[in-house]
Amino acid sequence: MEKSLGRYIWSNTRLQQIWILCVVAVSMIPYFLSFDLPKQIVNGPIQGMGFDAPGATQTFMRIQYDIPYIGNVVFFNGLELTRFQMLMALSLVFLLLVIINGLFKLYINTYKGRLGERMLRRIRFELIDRVLRFPPGQFKRVKSAEIATMIKDEVEPMGGFTGDAFVQPALLGGQALTALVFIIMQNFWLGMIAAAIVAIQGVVIPRMRKRLLELGRQRQLTARELSGRVGEIVDGIGTIHGNDTSNFERADIAARLGLIFSIRYDLYQWKFLVKFINNFLAQVTPFLFYSIGGFLALQGRLDIGQLVAVINAYKDLPGPLKELIDWDQARQDVQVKYAQVVEQFNVERLVDPRIQALMPEAVSRLEHSLQAVNLTLSDDSGAPLLRHVSLEINPSETVAIVGSGGSGAEYLAEAFARLIWPEQGRITIDGKDILELPESVTGRRIGYAASDTYFFHGTLRDNLLYGLKHAPLTKVEYEGKSAAQYKWNINEARRAGNPELDLNSDWVDYASAGVTGPDDLFKVVRPVLDAVLISQDILDMALRSTVNTAAHADLTDRIVELRQALRKRLKKEDLDDLVVPFKLNAYNAQATVGENLLFGSMKRPMMTNRKLAAHPYFRAVLRENDLLIDLYTMGLEIAENAVELFQDLPPDHPFFQQLTFMTADDIPLYQQLLQKLKGHGIEAASSDERTSIIRLSFSYIEPRHRFGLLNDKLMAKIVDARERFHNDLPDDLKAVIERYDPEQFIASASLMDNVLFGRIGFTQADSSERVNTILRDIFDRLDLFESVLSIGMDFDVGSGGKRLTNVQRQKLNVARALLKRADYVIFNRPMPALDQRVQDQITHNIMENLHEEGHAPAIIWVLSNTALANLFDRVIVFDKGTLVEDGTHATLLKKNGIFKELVS
Amino acid sequence: MLLKDEVEMLRRVPLFSGVAPAKLKLLAFTSDRVSYKAGQTLFRQGDPADAAYVILTGAADILSDTPSGEIKVAEIEHDSIVGEIAILCDVSRTATVRANSALEALRISKDHFLKLLSDYPEMTIEIMRVLADRLSHTTTELSEARSKQKQAAK
Repeated sequence: MEKSLGRYIWSNTRLQQIWILCVVAVSMIPYFLSFDLPKQIVNGPIQGMGFDAPGATQTFMRIQYDIPYIGNVVFFNGLELTRFQMLMALSLVFLLLVIINGLFKLYINTYKGRLGERMLRRIRFELIDRVLRFPPGQFKRVKSAEIATMIKDEVEPMGGFTGDAFVQPALLGGQALTALVFIIMQNFWLGMIAAAIVAIQGVVIPRMRKRLLELGRQRQLTARELSGRVGEIVDGIGTIHGNDTSNFERADIAARLGLIFSIRYDLYQWKFLVKFINNFLAQVTPFLFYSIGGFLALQGRLDIGQLVAVINAYKDLPGPLKELIDWDQARQDVQVKYAQVVEQFNVERLVDPRIQALMPEAVSRLEHSLQAVNLTLSDDSGAPLLRHVSLEINPSETVAIVGSGGSGAEYLAEAFARLIWPEQGRITIDGKDILELPESVTGRRIGYAASDTYFFHGTLRDNLLYGLKHAPLTKVEYEGKSAAQYKWNINEARRAGNPELDLNSDWVDYASAGVTGPDDLFKVVRPVLDAVLISQDILDMALRSTVNTAAHADLTDRIVELRQALRKRLKKEDLDDLVVPFKLNAYNAQATVGENLLFGSMKRPMMTNRKLAAHPYFRAVLRENDLLIDLYTMGLEIAENAVELFQDLPPDHPFFQQLTFMTADDIPLYQQLLQKLKGHGIEAASSDERTSIIRLSFSYIEPRHRFGLLNDKLMAKIVDARERFHNDLPDDLKAVIERYDPEQFIASASLMDNVLFGRIGFTQADSSERVNTILRDIFDRLDLFESVLSIGMDFDVGSGGKRLTNVQRQKLNVARALLKRADYVIFNRPMPALDQRVQDQITHNIMENLHEEGHAPAIIWVLSNTALANLFDRVIVFDKGTLVEDGTHATLLKKNGIFKELVS
Repeated sequence: MLLKDEVEMLRRVPLFSGVAPAKLKLLAFTSDRVSYKAGQTLFRQGDPADAAYVILTGAADILSDTPSGEIKVAEIEHDSIVGEIAILCDVSRTATVRANSALEALRISKDHFLKLLSDYPEMTIEIMRVLADRLSHTTTELSEARSKQKQAAK
């Protein structure tokens, strides 16, 4: 990158800078005119110069020029105006000039702002582009938070400065010079005084600011280190908690903040000292004007109008001057920052941009062998990891690489994945070094999965298909407003040197996954998910999640069919009582009283239990038929039972898990309530106390809690209240409550609730497992399994995939590598978080079942379980960084070498 | 069946007969009521032990896997507890228990059961008494069996 910021800005924004300079130059004309006008107004109409006789007139706006060769040309004869008319006319001209000057300022500032923002966009993009091209080793040295700070915060002032880089000195210099020249023209000696003070300011202030710059540089570095440390604390929070080192971290942070404070405090002290001196110098000048100018005026050597104009003009001198000095300060400051950032991003062995060039077309298969030639790898300290390894792996060959940890096997895999760059030797395909092959070949035709997984924040689908998103493959047609917006976006991107790639395009390369489009994607996804044993997890995710009905209409439209299939199936297996269905005119004993009353699903977070309980309509429905009193009595009894059962237990007792309707902290509260309210009617309770009591009844499930509080009459009453509640439901509630309808999909309820349309019988043995098995089977039979998987794919994996378990992440990582259908698939001990048994099962699935339909990649698997080596065509054994044995499983077993030792 | 009925039934189980009703109510409340149909399995031999079961109504067979197939070792009826040994000494299930009629049981999870024992020593003593009783019973049976064997060998 360009080392000097000035040159970087000039080379990227030359034309715009010249344009804005021209505009600034033109703006000087009205600016200068507005200086002369006050003098004319004061001396002319106000003091009466030229209006000696009453009724005298003067010519206004006569425009005439002496043009060479043509002679005097009169463009406009002018108007004859009286003294008062003249005053008004000149004042109006003054107003006009103010407006013109203001408009110029507006245009210039907007233009500069835009220029600066484009520049900022360009710098930021360029820096991130460089991060994408850093050699892998670089990432061992930098902290991600520091890079983020540099890109986000440290280059920010550069954007602001860009607009000012050339304009500001020209504009402010011009203004200061204009003012100065004007003063000199009025009175030479007053002008000289002003010039002398300006010179002093110009020399002294920048000197004093040298120290400010140094402090600023330190501030930048310490702030960057701070954000690096904050990032470390966030990433390493587990280690901190696990070792009780939070106070050590606090001490470290406090020390850093102390250092930053001292630097900043020092900075402020200097800044205000400099400001004080600057202000003082600026104020000394008017003092000289008043005293010396006044003296001259008294002597009659200077007319009053001139003195007023000089003082008026001087008002405009310190402003630009101060800003000019500020500009110089900003220039140096930004230059230092820029140099700092560029230094961090000027990395040796940066990946050539051509290697990452966009490649929308399909890449042909790798039909040559993958060769390592005299490959030597070493770590950062220079210790050898792998010594002089030469080997050749043929297309479609399956190779097991075995060796104990640190034997070099895993490093060979990393080198194949280009995560370590060779110290000596090289890895080639068809004679070409893989480091020089474009990533469109290596990134698509070679797949890699190791134990350290990375998932981006987004849905499971985004992450699983991440390995297929190489280029924008569809052209999105925009219409109307969005078309204009798109055009604008593209233009702006071009102007800031950003690529014109459309993120809204479909980036997924379906063809390379072996399908035609998003519709039959699951044809290839499902076998892979089955092979890595994760479909059950994804099914569970789907069942627990609410469904986007617009995106998954294929399933939601068939919900009635699904519900019927489930009922039929349960009936057939004589499991009728496993799921108790919701019926409009019957109480569902397996659901809570609240659910029975509502008979619908609330759209959270717009509607909650609390909000519903407070709603006047809901209260009115309860009050009819004395249901409120029934529920109150019921709540009171629940409270009594709970207090009796739990009052002697310590609050952290595990039995409290069983108490679903209150927490341990509530017990004393209800104890007090009971003392107060027991034996009295509902009238004795305040509104809040009533709510606390009635709330308990809502969570009650008779078969589960077994307090014997529900009888047929009360259940009938609740069903009756349910009907009345839904009959005249006001619109505000209609919008947030979805009534259970056997014919409709309930958008605000989970998929599980939707399919069951009822509650699992609480007392049935192993009910959840049995329901799950049956559901899975039904989805399969109705050809809806893939739709359900697709719903599970909407699961948000969280930051870094942390909402998934480590086991799930490693399985999905393997799945992602398989989905690419690469020609060389490298697995580098990819699933250490899994049980050995499950790992073996998955390895068997991948090696034996997955590649039956023709696509046969070469698989290079660094095994953690040597016993699996018999699944592979060939076995390569590493020990202490060297290749020791290479052959088929059978021959190696016969050899009595290291392999035999490892297997036994 | 209500909580208070369950408490009555629990009191009829020898293991719990000496325990105060209030504690039995807590035990009942924190346990799950489970229904089984005839032929359904409560747990299988070899499974990890996670709960004990108090049979409230119905009966179940205790079955043991042998090389010659499953054989019925005993039958248990209502008011008895099954599966408590395995959760006490942390071994896997030593036998399979299968309902031979419609069966209602109270499933006491291992954690809850152990917690109860540590909270209420009188329950622990009761359990010890029952276990010791069983042990002496088994020892008597064993010695009888041995002496029979000796006589048969002569």
